[in-house]
Amino acid sequence: MHAEALIEARGLAAGYSGEAAISGISFSLQPGERMALLGPNGGGKTTLLRALLGELAPLAGTLRVGARCATVPQTERSQLDYPVSALDVATMGALSRLPWWRRPGRRERETAMAALGKVGLGALAGETFGKLSGGQRQRVLIARSLVQDAQILLLDEPFSGLDRPGSERLEALIGTLAAEGRAAIIATHDLDQARRLDSVLCVNREQIAVGAPEQVLDLAVLEATYGGSIVELPGSASRAILPPHHHHH
Amino acid sequence: MFEPLQDEFMRRAIAEMTLIGIAGGAMGCWVILYRLSYAAESLAHSIFPGLVLAAIAGAPLIVGGVPGIVVAALAIAVVSRVPGIDREAAVGVVVTTLFGLGVLLALSPESPPGIQEVLFGDILGPSDADLASAAVLTAVVGVSLALLHGRLAAGGFDRAAARSLGTAPGRTEAALLVLLALAIVVAVQGLGNLLVVAVFVGPAATARQLTDRIAPMLALAVAVAVFGGLAGLYLSYYAGTAGGASVALAIVAAYLLSLPAARLLSLPRSARRAPAEATIG
Repeated sequence: MHAEALIEARGLAAGYSGEAAISGISFSLQPGERMALLGPNGGGKTTLLRALLGELAPLAGTLRVGARCATVPQTERSQLDYPVSALDVATMGALSRLPWWRRPGRRERETAMAALGKVGLGALAGETFGKLSGGQRQRVLIARSLVQDAQILLLDEPFSGLDRPGSERLEALIGTLAAEGRAAIIATHDLDQARRLDSVLCVNREQIAVGAPEQVLDLAVLEATYGGSIVELPGSASRAILPPHHHHH
Repeated sequence: MFEPLQDEFMRRAIAEMTLIGIAGGAMGCWVILYRLSYAAESLAHSIFPGLVLAAIAGAPLIVGGVPGIVVAALAIAVVSRVPGIDREAAVGVVVTTLFGLGVLLALSPESPPGIQEVLFGDILGPSDADLASAAVLTAVVGVSLALLHGRLAAGGFDRAAARSLGTAPGRTEAALLVLLALAIVVAVQGLGNLLVVAVFVGPAATARQLTDRIAPMLALAVAVAVFGGLAGLYLSYYAGTAGGASVALAIVAAYLLSLPAARLLSLPRSARRAPAEATIG
């Protein structure tokens, strides 16, 4: 166990109105580590992310989060209609450092511009958020977390709905940020993607397994994680997971 | 054009309408962006008994409006704790109860003859006290919205992330509801209990059609509310129609006009995005 872990959870349980939605969660997250969070819908992935953000207090066990966490949520329908530019959204990250009565000014917008440049969206800073593609929106939200100066990024199914170039671009960006020492926890349904990350955490109301992908991701673990929803793809050597609400594109 | 300005009552009405337009137009943008139209309508109706009591006592309406809103908010908080009743149902129960209570009071023999002013507003006859209180409340609402702007914008966009941004979304929303209540108290004096929602929803919805950014939306909504309101006053002056209703109709007309205008505006906007095609054309 490293002393400098960014997140340290031991026997963590979290949930709503005193009832645990997840329990027995024990893992640590190191700087630069990209961790896949696997689990079925309703299996507690979102609950775990909310606990890490400090929105839910632990019901049992301990949780130490040693650095600033930022969330990169999926875009909601209402956000597509919201009258803000990519730059406006990235600038919102600066609010965490400002007193309540101050709105972001020129300096904060410059920081946000730099962050947009870093995620490859400098040219689209003035575009309305809702008019960007799914992958571009994810990168704007990552830029917002950079403006927040977050060391830990919590990404909630960031690849769902993205086309292949969009996914690859996002994956490369997360890799770049990890190389700088930022850690990421990525809730995903994509096993191939999980295999390319540094570690995986499998959760289905309780912790099923945690560790390096090649050690953890075997059939027994996957079946415990997803129940019976693993299918053989006809004409393919690999297996696919069919979560109930996963939208194919 | 300037003839109505000769009248003292018209000058007062214009001052009142300008204040209502500033408070209602600016507040209305956040009502739209936070999807609070139902809350705005409910709050407006639930202060009715407070307003009637103030009218019966001969006090300025604001004296009854502020406690009326506090009682309504507390009642909603209490009723939504009853198991099996969600927040929306709780609002419905409280609002109809309070509105019914107000009607009972309004129809009682003690109520003064001008009680329909509370329902339909009295944009043409604000007293000095009405104007002064509207000016103070409008200033409070305007300054508070300006100070909270960054937090309101972030919370309305992404409540899930607002907490990790350190913006305390719960407190921001509570502040927004208090300011909404104050803005309603300003507007209800002029537009009345039944029509007040027009000035919160109409101008902001109009502005939203015409722009994709929050700051211009705020400016446009205030402009639409003030000038739509003044157009309504002129209509009322020359056509002899009811003041509050004329204002509400003028604002709705602005919204209807904004729909084709928004389509016209979007043409050059999309042309700008495709400069290559524009030069070929």
